[in-house]
Amino acid sequence: MKIIILGAGQVGTSVTDILSREIGADITLVDVDEEHLNLLQNRYDIRTVVGHAAHPDVLERAGCEDADLILAVTNSDETNIAACQIAWILYNTPRKIARVRAIEYTNVKELIGEGGLNIDYIISPEEIVTTELQRLIERPGALQVLDFANGRVQLVAIQAYHDGPLVGHELRAIKDHLGQEIDTRVVAIYRRGKAIMPDGDTVIEVDDEVFFIAATEHIRAVMAEMRKLDRPVQSIMLAGAGNIGVRLASALEDKGYKVKLIEKDAGRASEVSQILKRTIVLHGDSADEDLLRTENIEAVDVFCSITNADEANILSAMLAKQLGARRVMSIVNRSAYVDLVQRTTIDIAYSPKQATIGSVLPKFRTGTLEAVHSLRFGTAEAIEAIALEDQSSKIVGRSIEQIPLPRGTIIGAILRKEKVIIPHHDTVINHEDHIILFVQEKKHIQDVVSLFQVSATFI
Amino acid sequence: MQTRVILKVLGLLLMMFSSTFLPPMAIGWYDGDGTHMSFVHAWYAVLITGLVFWLPNLRVSDDLRIRDGFLIVVLFWLVLAISGALPLILATQPHMSIVDAFFESMSGLTTTGATVLTGLDDMPPSILYYRQQLQWLGGMGIIVLAVAIAPILGVGGMQLFRAETPGPRKHEKLTPRITSTAKALWSLYLGMTLLCAAAYYLAGMSFLDAVGHSFSTLAIGGFSTHDASIGYFNSPLIEGIAITFMIIAGMNFGLHYAALHQVYLRRVKPDQKHFDLRRLHFSHYLGDSETKAFLLMIVMIAIPSLILLSSSGMISTWGETLRHGLFQVVSIATTTGFTTTNFSVWPGLLPVLLILASFIGGCAGSTAGGMKIVRAELLLKQGRREIQRLLHPNAVLHIKLNKRPVPDNVINAVWGFFSLYVLSFASLGLLMMLTGEDLVTAFSATAACLNNLGPGLGDVANNYASVTTSGKWILSFAMLLGRLELFTLLVVLTPAFWKR
Repeated sequence: MKIIILGAGQVGTSVTDILSREIGADITLVDVDEEHLNLLQNRYDIRTVVGHAAHPDVLERAGCEDADLILAVTNSDETNIAACQIAWILYNTPRKIARVRAIEYTNVKELIGEGGLNIDYIISPEEIVTTELQRLIERPGALQVLDFANGRVQLVAIQAYHDGPLVGHELRAIKDHLGQEIDTRVVAIYRRGKAIMPDGDTVIEVDDEVFFIAATEHIRAVMAEMRKLDRPVQSIMLAGAGNIGVRLASALEDKGYKVKLIEKDAGRASEVSQILKRTIVLHGDSADEDLLRTENIEAVDVFCSITNADEANILSAMLAKQLGARRVMSIVNRSAYVDLVQRTTIDIAYSPKQATIGSVLPKFRTGTLEAVHSLRFGTAEAIEAIALEDQSSKIVGRSIEQIPLPRGTIIGAILRKEKVIIPHHDTVINHEDHIILFVQEKKHIQDVVSLFQVSATFI
Repeated sequence: MQTRVILKVLGLLLMMFSSTFLPPMAIGWYDGDGTHMSFVHAWYAVLITGLVFWLPNLRVSDDLRIRDGFLIVVLFWLVLAISGALPLILATQPHMSIVDAFFESMSGLTTTGATVLTGLDDMPPSILYYRQQLQWLGGMGIIVLAVAIAPILGVGGMQLFRAETPGPRKHEKLTPRITSTAKALWSLYLGMTLLCAAAYYLAGMSFLDAVGHSFSTLAIGGFSTHDASIGYFNSPLIEGIAITFMIIAGMNFGLHYAALHQVYLRRVKPDQKHFDLRRLHFSHYLGDSETKAFLLMIVMIAIPSLILLSSSGMISTWGETLRHGLFQVVSIATTTGFTTTNFSVWPGLLPVLLILASFIGGCAGSTAGGMKIVRAELLLKQGRREIQRLLHPNAVLHIKLNKRPVPDNVINAVWGFFSLYVLSFASLGLLMMLTGEDLVTAFSATAACLNNLGPGLGDVANNYASVTTSGKWILSFAMLLGRLELFTLLVVLTPAFWKR
């Protein structure tokens, strides 16, 4: 597949990394920064073109004529929209994905789709990161929360603690604990960093990292089995009023939380305080001990640092924890840091990169994928795929035990016409079922994806 | 330095190279002259050496680092020249000494075209074909070929690729993937070679001659299967074909690729690709400043050459003057080295002018040698900028190529290249004088080898048989230096390269 990526920023680079290494796509990366491009060209097997992403001559040089897909992820919404439009007019590029951040555009339904802008998908990584962070904040105890099937199903990672009723018991006991109404499937357990395949006899131990899938409304009940839940979150402190910080503050204040937002830059702070309604915007350094003390850091339920600098995020989160914040989170972009931070006092190190890639990746993979999420810092993946009826289908009409799934792959849930089903070995898959799978080893992902592939004529 | 990865790649490349002994082996066997056994021995010797390097390191899979890339390329060219010399050493006719065979093999692979052999017309066809094939393999670069057909090299392939391809802007790729870029280059090269061979054949060459000469034409090599080179055929048509293909091969292959791409691909509707020859525009070539400069240079050298040649009265008719003059100018300026007449005895400044033209050579990204047109163009523009700066001290001046500014680091690299080139030429020329050659022979031989040209002046106008043994080693080094464009070879020779 020939892909042109416009913009070699955070998203462009991460996607390049994944696509050039794992999928084997032919990538041309366009940016205005020549030095940065040279650096990337040394690292990846890609072609680079220097120039303004929306200019026709630059698109021509990038080989837009025979590109299969164009991904516009420059810093500017307008450039991204224009580039897709131009690629369509001049070169009939079949698939176009653009990043559009401003809600002012995405809110107007007429702009996208038939008769509107010629963009097949609009992605907004900030929005995804904001919702994922919000879910993590709202679900105390969870290490990772992922949405499937438009939010009907969730996959949650949680660390088991000795006060959880199920801890020390076999997994099959969960049925008796939860009753008939609530069903869940434990898809993976990581014990001391190693994955174990869970079955009915597996005993949950303290400190196990448990991944389970359940209908969204049942998540809290299942979580309560693994550890005693903290009291609900009330007061939240955010550090860094960037795009994500403001979106997050605005979403949280709407839900009635007490939010404080710290911003270093006086101008930005004043600008942000005009946008936000109830959030208290503080001008100052998030690593300033006195400021944190003055603002009662010891009464804060969640402290979350979301500036652009990984190092500042990590240090201010550690400081906040030391000063008494109950739970601290930090955004960490560099994957090397994510591992380091996991063993410190920081409760959750969140990698926006993984979330972003998860939102873009399904658009590149062939097959009927709805969503792909990275787990465990990219070693495992959870995917949502649609089973379609087709002569060559290896899925529709078969029961779970008949489907040739690779090792370590578990079907966690099925969404059939708005109904969430937790499948058993004899559950038969129907046409148009949404299937949520957990793939323990990333190398098997292509095998899983190919199961859902329909023959070429069908597409 | 990751010795084991280097050995693994080296072994793989050697095993691939050993298969190139098979065609001449077949020719020798078919011809029945007994030379095929020397290719058989060389074949398994190289294959086994390759296996010895490769097998123990089969499981090593570290990424190639920058330094490994340089070392592999240099080592590979050295080992290749040695392996390439094997059949020549083993053959009974010609019976060549080790140094002669190495010189011949290096001259072939670097597309220089300097030979120590005489009496080519009586040689066995397998040996003659083999020499031509060496040039063809060296022309587009055997590592580029390896990258094209062995995707195992991965990102490290780019490292190797860059160390071998000529030109100052090595990071520009035709296609996003290095393997597909290498594939595109080799397919183009192969296609044009076939075209050239067909043209030669139709113009009256024998089959083996047509193939052999098409190899050395597209590779801008200059080996011939006859002592009299292209002059043997004494056919204006063949000379015309040679001129055309030498110019084509002297242009940037990226341009050929883009031209072909224009013709072949333009989406009419989504997913529909369309072939249309009308989209081939010559403005595409003339719009490129390097190609323009290349053609201009040939014309600018041809005009005074023709005037001087005709006024000297050395060649009787105007038609003959035009024919020999034009052929010789194109052959030398592109660094091919074919001859139709002995140009070294031409009057006055002409032989020196032609040798100097070979310093500039062909375009970047072509199979030609020399410093490349684009570098000369950049140096010239830089010179003009300095003059402009004297006139307008406050002016902001950019050097542009194809209407786009060239970053200063590229220009600095060109300056560095130029100074090293001059330094290498001077010191190797002096060393040659030390071996006992006269001034003209020493420096023209150095220039002819460094520029991958072939024929020199003085004692080396026809062949290099008279050069001393040490002289041949020095010239072999000069050829490799020129083919790898100095830096790749010189960097390996610096002490800093070997420090951790």
